[in-house]
Amino acid sequence: MYGALWHILPGPAWVRVLILVVLLAAILFCLIEWIFPWVNSMLPTPDVTVDE
Amino acid sequence: MTDEPATTRAAKLRTRKRDRRRVTVVGVVGELLITAGVLVFLFLGWQLWLNDLIVGDQQNQVAAGLSNSWTSGNVSLNHEQVITDYGDPVVMKAPAEAQAFAVMYVPRFGADYRRTISEGISTTRVLNKNGIGHYGTTQMPGAIGNFAVAAHRTTYGAPFSKIAELRVGDKIYVQTKDAFYTYVFRNRETVSPQGVGVLDPVPQFRDVDPTARLLTMTSCNPKFSAAERMIAYSVLESWQPVSAGPPAAIANLVSAKG
Repeated sequence: MYGALWHILPGPAWVRVLILVVLLAAILFCLIEWIFPWVNSMLPTPDVTVDE
Repeated sequence: MTDEPATTRAAKLRTRKRDRRRVTVVGVVGELLITAGVLVFLFLGWQLWLNDLIVGDQQNQVAAGLSNSWTSGNVSLNHEQVITDYGDPVVMKAPAEAQAFAVMYVPRFGADYRRTISEGISTTRVLNKNGIGHYGTTQMPGAIGNFAVAAHRTTYGAPFSKIAELRVGDKIYVQTKDAFYTYVFRNRETVSPQGVGVLDPVPQFRDVDPTARLLTMTSCNPKFSAAERMIAYSVLESWQPVSAGPPAAIANLVSAKG
């Protein structure tokens, strides 16, 4: 899968690495900005209050 | 080897190259699993560390903004450790739910630690969003009885992440629009999630008339668990009107724009 991705990318090796780095950064940004907070809101939070 | 015809060698090379490129089901599943594993670790790193830093910093900024809105950024920096007796503390009225009405400073939690205290203990509307929440059934800062607040110990900025590190005698400062209240940490207790006795005006003594002015902090215990609650009690030591300036220990924090 990732091997195929490497072969699909154009240009010499350093261009491919550059594209991959940009892609990774974009993915990380999406994760932190939207996906992780959404997952977090789906998970139970330990209660911190006392009540009957 | 050298006797081999060039055409066969080239063909072999081509096959090997094709082999390397061939995408197999097992290969794809394996790569997907590795990806999933990496994502889980990334999420954990984000949830348990990075996000607390980011959200904690935001909560700090919000608290600085609220504090400045009361002092207009102008505070008299009085570095003398003189405790003046201003009589009975002023006590503000309870605000509307989810409204931030006070700022808490705890030097033990960090030199620049400040967080807002908002009304109510709703997990979604207050604790996950604003940080520290005030039990609406308990008293307000400075009042005789119990000013009880709750906050996360992990995740969502984790305002009380270091609640277990408080030492007897540690100062906890609460600023409202009217005054600064100085509380002194007294003791800790762990109770069951139903241990509402900690919210009584005299904690754990339901029918006793209060005479002391307490601050009670509740959070989860152990960390990452909801099995118990960790409770930290503090006692009001002194108070001063906003016009008298902040206590010396937090003077720089109060005047800092954040």
